[in-house]
Amino acid sequence: MKKLLLASAATALVAGAALAGSHSKEVKVGIVLGFTGPLESITPGMAAGAELAIAEINAAGGVIDGTMVTPVRGDSTCVDAAAATAAAERLVTSEGVAAIMGADCSGVTGAILQNVARPNGIAMISPSATSPALSTAEDDGLFFRTAPSDARQGVVMTEILGERGIKEVAVTYTNNDYGKGLADSFQAAFEAAGGKVTLSAAHEDGKADYSAEVGALAAAGGEILVVAGYIDQGGSGVIRAALDSGAFSTFMLPDGMVGTGLEERFGAELNGSFGQHPGTDSNGAAAFQAAAAAAGFDGTQAFAPESYDAAALIALAMQAAGSTNAKDWSSKVMDLANAPGEPILPGELAKAIQLIKEGKDIDYVGASAVELIGPGESAGNYREIEFKDGKISTVKYR
Amino acid sequence: MDLLNAFVALANFVLIPGLAYGSQLALGALGVTLVYGILRFSNFAHGDTMAFGTMAVILITWWFQSIGIHLGPLPTALLALPFGIAITAAVMIFTDRTVYRFYRKKKSDPVILVMVSLGVMFIMNGVVRFIIGPDDQSFADGERFLISARTFKQMTGLQEALAIRTSTAITVVTAVLVVAVLFWFLNKTRTGKSMRAFSDNEDLALLSGINPERVVIVTWLIVAALTTIAGTLYGLDKSFKPFTYFQLLLPFFAAAIVGGLGNPVGAIAGGFVIAFSEVTVTYAWKKVATYTLPESMAPDGLLQLLSTDYKFAVSFGILLIVLLFKPTGLFQGKSV
Repeated sequence: MKKLLLASAATALVAGAALAGSHSKEVKVGIVLGFTGPLESITPGMAAGAELAIAEINAAGGVIDGTMVTPVRGDSTCVDAAAATAAAERLVTSEGVAAIMGADCSGVTGAILQNVARPNGIAMISPSATSPALSTAEDDGLFFRTAPSDARQGVVMTEILGERGIKEVAVTYTNNDYGKGLADSFQAAFEAAGGKVTLSAAHEDGKADYSAEVGALAAAGGEILVVAGYIDQGGSGVIRAALDSGAFSTFMLPDGMVGTGLEERFGAELNGSFGQHPGTDSNGAAAFQAAAAAAGFDGTQAFAPESYDAAALIALAMQAAGSTNAKDWSSKVMDLANAPGEPILPGELAKAIQLIKEGKDIDYVGASAVELIGPGESAGNYREIEFKDGKISTVKYR
Repeated sequence: MDLLNAFVALANFVLIPGLAYGSQLALGALGVTLVYGILRFSNFAHGDTMAFGTMAVILITWWFQSIGIHLGPLPTALLALPFGIAITAAVMIFTDRTVYRFYRKKKSDPVILVMVSLGVMFIMNGVVRFIIGPDDQSFADGERFLISARTFKQMTGLQEALAIRTSTAITVVTAVLVVAVLFWFLNKTRTGKSMRAFSDNEDLALLSGINPERVVIVTWLIVAALTTIAGTLYGLDKSFKPFTYFQLLLPFFAAAIVGGLGNPVGAIAGGFVIAFSEVTVTYAWKKVATYTLPESMAPDGLLQLLSTDYKFAVSFGILLIVLLFKPTGLFQGKSV
């Protein structure tokens, strides 16, 4: 009996090894974004960005001597931690992904990190999770983000308001990790700079009517309303109610609110409103936009460049480590993203792989001028936008 | 001037929204109360019937818009309303024939009919999501405002703005018309009188030769019209989303019970009581207080009794109070 057991165990081992061998020429990367849910209007652009990077890697002959990278999409839903965990778990256990590009929203990203990535030893690079809480989350060195923490966004927002001479604002945020984190870090930065937040009130997504919420905000007063919400959800509802009741006419729109959906819904009604989302005017951004246009999508969409960078960093780190195992390659991410080394822009991934093979240092700049600091998050470049004639236009980069 | 500003602020955030919301609730509660009075059960499928009716209106509105039929400054949905009512009425009569009649013939307990309506609710729920999806749909067109905030400020020179949306005005006007027609029907026509007789005493009504099936069908027709109109008005004024319609069930029942179940006047009063309580309890009174009180007494806080998240708790609270102290409701309906 004992022998039989041993024999079957050995067979299983050999079979497992053989299976692993036959798969060695392909490595799967999960792209976990909220294809349904409150960010569904920007996630297609993000996924296209990541897949563009992967296509470029494959065109250059793949990573580690001809291993082709295959993207596999999963739906994070942005808001449902259980659904996101299940989607990521499926990618890891049945698809066998070696890395996760994602997730998008902070709450589900934290859930996937703790429930799937850490137990399975899979590394993840999020292009858009911006909650300050993720900076201090236990991650075993497996979590990075090409988006900056909202602690940084809070400071940038304070600077923008300061330049516009606005001293008193009301804040409304979507009642989740992202909204609360951003509202808190903004309030801390703004009050430290001498500004006054008259009221910081949460709103629930998915309601039919936000006039009651707006009524409270209007009673508190303020020169403008800061809407730290989601564009396809309560954020737009709050703006609609505020415009209709005449409570506020100017809004500050942080990253979750910047998108073409606003132009379609409000157009010229938002003229004069302003905001910011992570972005850069480096040569990388222009190169990425050209590549995106050639691939048939809009490269200026929020977080599309960050997604390209996240996917590219995963592939380059695998190349540098010579392994698709996260335990090996996750330690390489910081080195690749930061100086010193040869700067790498979008479209130069083939060159990057060549340089790594030759054993030379690279400094991945990418589409969003990646510079990873502290616990593996972007230092943060922002594009300041303003509504002019019903369209989003760039004011400047900071 | 300050008092005027206070009044305008109050009107903009409390009176007008409360009036519109109250009208929508009143129409919904009327439907609940009619089913309770005549068919003798609490219809849990009411919210989802409303979603179904609104969905029918939306689909026809989109079709009208695509072939270029418009109502000028008024929303096209008003034109689609009769068609939506017809479709909803057909569905409700179909439901009655296939589901409710079976239990009515067996003289089942009301609680069994309530459970049956719960089943109908889930099916309607699924059908609506299957056809139009779970997301927000917008179908409002025409002029958005009767008076926009900006024009009001320019006209009056006041600090506070008053905005009246077209949809709000339409809601109130339509609600008044519908209620007037309904009361005329119940009090003056033969069918209406037979319905009231049936509601007051079923046995006596049957003895005097009233055809019960006819009464039931007319009730469902009226309920279909009420739900579709209430749903369309709510959708025009706020937004259409199947889930929020399902959630409206609680304020509807609260309104019907507060007014007195089975009593149409009560349903209307109850609708406004619930609507104004929800709005006033969750409104931040700071602005109004700052205008009306002398400067030394101006408040620092928001003067908000409950955060807006607790809106539904208000209708639930009122429901509990009424059931505890006056179970027949304000207008002597049937006790629950």
